[in-house]
Amino acid sequence: MPLNVQIKKQYGAFRLNVDFSAQPGEVLALLGASGCGKSATLKCIAGIHRPDWGRIELDGRVLFDSERRIDLPPQKRRVGYLFQQYALFPHMTAEQNIAACLGRLDRKKRRERTAELVALLRLEGAEGLRPAQLSGGQQQRTALARILASQPLAILLDEPLAALDSFLRRQLEPELRDVLERFGGPAVWVSHDRGEVYRNCRRVCVLTAGRSAPACGMQELMSSPKTVGAARLSGCGNYAPVQPGPRPGTVSVPVWGLTLEAAAPWREGVTVLGIREERVRPAGEGAENAFRCRVVRVTEDVSAMLADLQPEGAAENAPLLRMALGKDVWAALPDKERVLVLVHAGDLLLLEDDAGVGLCPNPAGALPLHPTAL
Amino acid sequence: MDWYPLGNSLRIAAISTAAVFFLGTGAAYYTAKAPRLVKGLLDVALTLPLVLPPTVVGYLLLLVLGPKRPVGAWALETFGVRLTMQWWSAVFATVVVTFPLMYRTARGAFESFDQTLAQAGQTLGLSNICIFWRVRMPCCRQGILAGTVLVFARALGEYGATSMIAGYTPGRTAAISTTVYQLWRTGEDGLALRWVLVNLAISAAVLLAVNLLERKDMGKCR
Repeated sequence: MPLNVQIKKQYGAFRLNVDFSAQPGEVLALLGASGCGKSATLKCIAGIHRPDWGRIELDGRVLFDSERRIDLPPQKRRVGYLFQQYALFPHMTAEQNIAACLGRLDRKKRRERTAELVALLRLEGAEGLRPAQLSGGQQQRTALARILASQPLAILLDEPLAALDSFLRRQLEPELRDVLERFGGPAVWVSHDRGEVYRNCRRVCVLTAGRSAPACGMQELMSSPKTVGAARLSGCGNYAPVQPGPRPGTVSVPVWGLTLEAAAPWREGVTVLGIREERVRPAGEGAENAFRCRVVRVTEDVSAMLADLQPEGAAENAPLLRMALGKDVWAALPDKERVLVLVHAGDLLLLEDDAGVGLCPNPAGALPLHPTAL
Repeated sequence: MDWYPLGNSLRIAAISTAAVFFLGTGAAYYTAKAPRLVKGLLDVALTLPLVLPPTVVGYLLLLVLGPKRPVGAWALETFGVRLTMQWWSAVFATVVVTFPLMYRTARGAFESFDQTLAQAGQTLGLSNICIFWRVRMPCCRQGILAGTVLVFARALGEYGATSMIAGYTPGRTAAISTTVYQLWRTGEDGLALRWVLVNLAISAAVLLAVNLLERKDMGKCR
């Protein structure tokens, strides 16, 4: 039975408006920049915050319904919540934390169940330690064991790996996935990191400034995002205002003085063109969608060269086009001052501007050069 | 030397400490959850006894509990009990005077409490009462403990309101503080000094105990 969420809530000037569902056995990703309302959404589902309007259902039970005035307390919702910093009770040992919600069982059963969970999450030897004495990984496993002990029907994970360093994160990620797989109920994984989401979730719901987009497959988000918010989260780095081109099947980018072939048909509402940095390639003479650029600056990254390009017909304040190239490919380029590049028709992302970052068709206005920062 | 005032003072302090422990932490818990305006008003009302002279508190208490006053008359009529001039009448005085100490220290401790711990408890299915006693109070233990001890020490030393509502009757309502005053007034300076030393010893012992307790605690938690 799925988890259905459809809620609205006003937080001062910030408006939360989300709508998604997660199927049993599914780990749905809630992907969004920080401050976009991801944690607030989870808190509404768990019953810690109260939405102004909407409906939340889990397993056929109504957890919240503004019209029927149903608002179950968190205790009755059976929604497990993995907090960002785990929220372990600092004065209790790992074992006591796990057993904290098992008060209803008699002593023998409680001990058995605790031992079971300790074994399941490989916490042997750490039972008697307090949270401050546990490693980051042990803390997370203790928090998971504590959640499983409460027998939830859904699990919410709030940036589950954010509190760990990158090495530990790599180790713990597959473990966490295993736990969720074994759990079998619907789970919602909140993250701002597309890589983390790509590795662990098949479906993703993008949240931009409090609004959720319809959930889509992870592949779909990477190949054809529909909005600037989704494109940014999928790692797309170049944006410019766009208009329909002179001929059908073309688009024009006035700030760059370009008209390009586009594979995707023009849609109503599209105002921004997105191009992934790694999809800008050096071209041979006469190739489709090729244009000449001046190299403004070059940055060496860990595994690539990042070249900021200015198309030759570009307006004065036009955003630069960033190209990410393998280091060997860059080294093989004959001319590093002026390059002929192309973007395949299928790699032009036609986007609606939901991020409100001033990417409206305004060639003279100052446009962010590389709004990749989430 | 008549030891009655020592026992009387200790039992008054103990009873009022127990009462103020629950009243003060409860008030702190609920005012923290109240809307801002209510919180501000309650805060003023609940802290007022701290800044009022104890004699004013005593006067106000007599206005309510005196034998011819509403509550006092009602108790006299219904139970045949006089609420003033008993040894336990002093408890009313000490409770009111020490309440703000508990309330304010508990409130400070609760305000620094990490709310996500309570939220985690809720999502785990723990009742709010259970979260209060098993999570919130243990995590705020240092502040609560310090407040409790302060209340005990202050209750032991309360004079103004106590002398007004319980008076000084040797062997019946005499407490250490009222005895010291009475002895000094009647010129028995030597005896007064002895009681002063007794009071000093108890207070010092209590404060020392707290320091030791806290040091032991530090190693265990966090």
